[in-house]
Amino acid sequence: MKQEFTLTVYTENQIGLLNRIAIIFSRRKINIESLNTSPSEIDSVHRFTIVINEVEDVVRKLCRQIEKQVDVLKAYYNTNDEIIWQELALYKVPTEVIAEKVKVERLLREYGARAVAIRTDYIVFETSGHREEIEGLIKALEPYGLIEFVRSARVAIIKDSKGFHEKLKEYEQDPGEELIGNEYLGKQDEVFTM
Amino acid sequence: MSTLELAAEKAKASAKKIENISGSEAVLKALIAEKVDTIFGYPGGAIMPIYDALYDYQEKLKHILVRHEQGGIHAAQGYARSSGRVGVVFATSGPGATNLVTGLADAQIDSTPVVCITGQVFAHLLGTDAFQETDVINITTPVTKWNYQVTDASEIPSVLARAFYIAKSGRPGPVLIDITKNAQLQKFDYNGYITCTHIRSYRPKPIVRKKYVEEAAQLINEAKKPFVIFGQGVILGKAENEFKKFIEKGGLPAAWTIMGMSAIPTDHPLAVGMLGMHGNYGPNVLTNECDVLIAVGMRFDDRVTGRLDKYAKQAKVIHLDIDPAEIDKNVKTTVPVWGDCKETLPMLTELIEKKTHNEWLKKFREFQKQEEEACITPELNPASDILTMGEVIKLINEISKGEAIIVTDVGQHQMVACRYAQYNETKSNITSGGLGTMGFALPAAIGAKFGAPNRTVIAVIGDGGFQMTLQELGTIMQSEVDVKILILNNHFLGMVRQWQQLFHDKRYSFVDIESPDFVTLAKAYHIDGQTVSERKDLKAAVKKMIEHKGSYLLEVKVGKENNVFPMVPQGCSVAEIRLK
Repeated sequence: MKQEFTLTVYTENQIGLLNRIAIIFSRRKINIESLNTSPSEIDSVHRFTIVINEVEDVVRKLCRQIEKQVDVLKAYYNTNDEIIWQELALYKVPTEVIAEKVKVERLLREYGARAVAIRTDYIVFETSGHREEIEGLIKALEPYGLIEFVRSARVAIIKDSKGFHEKLKEYEQDPGEELIGNEYLGKQDEVFTM
Repeated sequence: MSTLELAAEKAKASAKKIENISGSEAVLKALIAEKVDTIFGYPGGAIMPIYDALYDYQEKLKHILVRHEQGGIHAAQGYARSSGRVGVVFATSGPGATNLVTGLADAQIDSTPVVCITGQVFAHLLGTDAFQETDVINITTPVTKWNYQVTDASEIPSVLARAFYIAKSGRPGPVLIDITKNAQLQKFDYNGYITCTHIRSYRPKPIVRKKYVEEAAQLINEAKKPFVIFGQGVILGKAENEFKKFIEKGGLPAAWTIMGMSAIPTDHPLAVGMLGMHGNYGPNVLTNECDVLIAVGMRFDDRVTGRLDKYAKQAKVIHLDIDPAEIDKNVKTTVPVWGDCKETLPMLTELIEKKTHNEWLKKFREFQKQEEEACITPELNPASDILTMGEVIKLINEISKGEAIIVTDVGQHQMVACRYAQYNETKSNITSGGLGTMGFALPAAIGAKFGAPNRTVIAVIGDGGFQMTLQELGTIMQSEVDVKILILNNHFLGMVRQWQQLFHDKRYSFVDIESPDFVTLAKAYHIDGQTVSERKDLKAAVKKMIEHKGSYLLEVKVGKENNVFPMVPQGCSVAEIRLK
């Protein structure tokens, strides 16, 4: 069954990598619902957060094909219950209507929103949260003439991740000709020796 | 600091003396440091500085002037496949680079190590639709293992070191480096060349997990009807001997994919033939009867598996592959053995019991007997006067004694050649497997000859495919390449015609192809040749071709409407293979 998956991809910061990752989805005709690129917990390592609707089997294959790209360090996929996630949205509304007809304080409290710009002609509200909350505020504001709306991509933290610091240390060891570093390094009993 | 910058810093620290050289010269120094001896290329505006530098390096680097960039990259592929080394291509920007795309796609799907260096317009012109500017990096992204645009000469040594490392390590593949003209001209402080052995974001081969090797060995030891299927991974991993030891200890019948062919001698006692749509009868049928299927360095292409939901469902599947993305991609694996088969095969061999499976092997031979009666004998010893492709290949086997490299194009002749050619040596079968690129054979044969100069190279080509890249006859002429060209002319685009006959009520839609007089054409390029249409002349002609000093073209007029059988029709399971 198709469901929402959030992919977290740790990469080098390399021009063209966004395209290289995006075409792994588009060649299978999979729509990217949301895509965010940002720094990660480690300086010099980039973090992509990608949301798609797919079956798990396909998502696993996509992750492996992403991870195979030379400039990709690691790709994870998670269901929504395995992550903490947020989206951010901005709403621009005419000041006179809002000031007259809506109890601003009530709106702000209800949706956890705040005003980030207040002008004589318009006000910009900002809120963050899950899709339902953001869409709820659209509905609340629509009757008052919503001038502009924009929602950001999803950002997500993986609940049981210990971050990428340790993994990166493994990757950074130059293993020379004989030993190639990977996730089994350091677990010698699982590694075959003859 | 990016890892590329770090590499540059490292070079600076260890440099003995610093020279001031151009980016172009740095490119050539890198090639020499990587022990490149041959470049296939075609000059043009944006790559002129590199060609200018090459003028002074002609003694160290042999440059083969091709007649089309597609020919250049196919030649580099042929070179890589016959030598096991990285093929190198030069092309200019714009059309020069876009002409590489087919070859890149071919090299990508067939895991061929190739490094392409393309010229690009000056960095300040990027994005302005300058003369001969195309966005080569983005065009080639889906068909390269890695690509990179260089706009500053100081990047060249570390980027090329990376390019070669990535192209040849792990699962090999094509790499393209696009160098803007200003970077080629720019002088910079050259600190020497350091080969690349590690990239932190790139793990070419996974460490083998003991647990999986043990599980795999146990499955093999318990198997009553084990069956090994192997692909090019065995050749790319240079693990032919390890593979032979493995199947010999376990007494395991082994069949090859088209790309794995020649990894073991075709007459090996455990060799049971070729898999796939036009493969042998036994290996296809018995795929659906074996109890343990051991796949080594192959990727379960749809031409091998036929209908997936009816493929080897009864079997436990062990998959040895260096590329984790291949595990479970098409066929669900019981035990994945990630790793380089050069390492994993000896581990498995150590743990498996010495056995023979004579009863099981006999089953393959029984199917072979049926196939011989229905398909092989009529093809190799035809009763009618009409020549078959198979009898020509049989003569090549007899005369070359299985020592020749056979480069095939795509279509019926390819399937016939791969079905009947005999090989004693590895890296002898060079063909476009995954992409099915018509026009591949002639340029690839040129490259194969440079990669293995002491071996006889025979390009087996259809009348259709030959006309796609026949301009490379010019390369053969100019560079005096000793390539034997065998055109199996059936006056049709035969494979498509066969499908139209079998599945489209003989509606022969645009498959009737006219050809020029191939022998006269060859003569125009000072290449000797002859045409044969009768059996009595055939043997002498094949002998003459193989023994001729220098290149030679032999055209054999074969039956117009011969078909290749057996065949697994599209959408059918491997067990539903048809003998006629």
